[in-house]
Amino acid sequence: MATKKTQQITGGIDVSKTYKIFIGGAFPRTESGRYFDVKDKDGKFLANMCLSSRKDFRNAVVAARKAQEGWQDRSAYNRSQIIYRIAEMLQQKRSVFLDEMQAMGHSASRAQKEFSDSIDLLVYYAGWCDKYTQVYGAVNPVASSHFNFSVPEPTGVVAVMAENGSALKGVIKAVIPAVCGGNTAVVLASENFPLCAVSFAEVIATSDVPAGVINILTGKRSELQHHFASHMDVNALVVWDASASARMELGQHAAENVKRTFFYDSAETDAPGPEYIIDLQETKTTWHPVESIKGSGSGY
Amino acid sequence: MAKTDNNADWNLAPAPESTDHIHIDKRYELFIDGKFTAPSGKKYFKTVNPATEEVLAEIAEANGRDVDKAVKAARKAYNGVWSKISAKERAKYIFRIARLIQERAREFAVIESLDGGKPIRESRDVDVPTAAAHFFYHAGWADKLEYAFPVRKVSPLGVVGQIIPWNFPLLMAAWKIAPALATGNTVVLKPAETTSLTALKLAELIRDAGLPDGVVNIVTGAGATGRALTEHPDVDKIAFTGSTDVGKMIQRTVAGTDKKLTLELGGKAANIIFEDAPIDQAVEGIINGIFFNQGHVCCAGSRLFVQESVAAEVDRRLKHRMESLILGDPLDKNTDVGAINSKGQLETINSYLAKGKKEGLTMFQTDCPVPEKGFWCRPTLFSDVAQSSVIAREEIFGPVLAIQTFRTVDEVIDKANNTPYGLSAGVWTDKGSKIFNLTTRLKAGVVWANTYNKFDPTSPFGGYKESGFGREGGLHGLRAYVNLH
Repeated sequence: MATKKTQQITGGIDVSKTYKIFIGGAFPRTESGRYFDVKDKDGKFLANMCLSSRKDFRNAVVAARKAQEGWQDRSAYNRSQIIYRIAEMLQQKRSVFLDEMQAMGHSASRAQKEFSDSIDLLVYYAGWCDKYTQVYGAVNPVASSHFNFSVPEPTGVVAVMAENGSALKGVIKAVIPAVCGGNTAVVLASENFPLCAVSFAEVIATSDVPAGVINILTGKRSELQHHFASHMDVNALVVWDASASARMELGQHAAENVKRTFFYDSAETDAPGPEYIIDLQETKTTWHPVESIKGSGSGY
Repeated sequence: MAKTDNNADWNLAPAPESTDHIHIDKRYELFIDGKFTAPSGKKYFKTVNPATEEVLAEIAEANGRDVDKAVKAARKAYNGVWSKISAKERAKYIFRIARLIQERAREFAVIESLDGGKPIRESRDVDVPTAAAHFFYHAGWADKLEYAFPVRKVSPLGVVGQIIPWNFPLLMAAWKIAPALATGNTVVLKPAETTSLTALKLAELIRDAGLPDGVVNIVTGAGATGRALTEHPDVDKIAFTGSTDVGKMIQRTVAGTDKKLTLELGGKAANIIFEDAPIDQAVEGIINGIFFNQGHVCCAGSRLFVQESVAAEVDRRLKHRMESLILGDPLDKNTDVGAINSKGQLETINSYLAKGKKEGLTMFQTDCPVPEKGFWCRPTLFSDVAQSSVIAREEIFGPVLAIQTFRTVDEVIDKANNTPYGLSAGVWTDKGSKIFNLTTRLKAGVVWANTYNKFDPTSPFGGYKESGFGREGGLHGLRAYVNLH
């Protein structure tokens, strides 16, 4: 249970929120029953977050895998509208997120900037859903009598470690480019600022995002990262702000099933772009013969 | 309509390609810094004609010091020359290589068949012309890269290490070298130890083309040479084509370094025949899919899925067509199925045949005659194969086909995707909407619809899942060789 001191309702005490995790569209607490507490900048108790376990992660991957094909099959226009809907739902909860960020120690201006950047990021990627295939697809002029084209297709299930230094924007950067491209994602939220990730899950739950497309865990990176990297049904691993030693260890684990592995540095990559979508895409090339009417001697 | 006489004598007179004009040295050195250089370990290994078991030549074995020398030469060439000359001049060098391959095409084709065992018809009509086409295509990209990556600034990576397999020796060298050079990188290439000859001939040709010293270096050897290259700290990128097991080892080796990596690994492709497919064409597609290059093809259509209603017919026609395949002298222009690339590979294939039989599967082999010397495997198919069978799960890399049947579209998609691999797939049906349903849902990097085993320099090639990552060919293939800013 979290206690909130900032908005006392006249005549009673607050009903505080129990922060949960988000797996397959549901909000369980961790199966492990473990927690870690988050304190505000004055060291006062804020919330008992779920200390997610390997089993929680594995459950989340099952949910993500189950949701993946259906999400990929949605039209790009539909995916685009759903991501835009997330922005709409987030916008109206502005005060909730500003309160949370400030409770976790953000200054008012930092919280406002992070919130508006988050909205912008969602709107930006919402617009990419039905465009990147044209930008990155191609009709290939092969020398034989074939029609040949290449299109980007989602890699599948993506496991992401969100950056630690951000409360809301980091989790959006971590999952939205992946799901924009038809992947499903499991993300571990920032260890330092975990509250907003759970509230963001509540936004997602009311934004027409199908269950399992985005799964959000809270917990310790050091405990979960090896499982993220070694899970055999995860197609891609994205780790924000990994240390040099983590890059090596996780990269080695990821080789077990030839995971596509990306280490992004939040300090270097502030500007969003379609590259984050494309990194998590496969290029599929399709061939089909073209009848050569002249060549075959037939005519119609 | 006249009935075909299946008992007619179809034996064709031998039509061997001449080898008079072919010159193979007794011994080949390493190609480093523009010169053929003796290996520092003074070790050589033999390369054998797999159709006759005769030794063709001795090949230098590069050790760690030689690899280091080659990487240093490549670095020097990158810093001193290759990164300095204009892109349009770079293009001209690559165009030259393409032309020189075309001029010497027949020689390359014959050597490819001698050293690797593939039918001359394939090396002559596929491997060599496609290799030339790869250089020609990529040459033109050199001064147009800014159009390939709009909004981004493009720069080369530096020195790239490339490791290639023995199934398409010259073609794989072209797939690797051409895009690397076009994007402004210098190269250290390691060919497979059983098929070094055409790569070394290519080195001669690159020298003839006047390419600056050290821009392309070729170090021959086996696994240890490849490991030295992947572990070398001054290599900026590794491009590997080969088995999934070795690919995983390389991915582990490269983990935590700044090296970029692309992997083109194994496959276990589904080739799917629907009841409304043109069966005769589909049978040709099955044959081409699995027996092309003796099945030594990462994208071979090694899992055949036939819709139940036509299974008996396909089985009958397929066996009939298989019986007409001519196995033998790779240099004979009538040969359809050449020699297995090496003794080791033949043993691998035979161990799978034994496993299949032990599992109780029905094995069919054609009864074509097999030469006494050399390494040979008759075209083989297993029927009644279960999804769990080793024949359906593991990459055999030989002329061995596993047949399964299916009833519904969803069933065959599930079965086809039920593999850690995802390199390629084939679909045969006359119905367009069915093709697009299948091609969309099959998890494979290349999908051939009503055709199979087609390759082109403009067409990106590469896999999903454990078949690797990154693409080779086309605009998409360039991305693996550039830094974007």
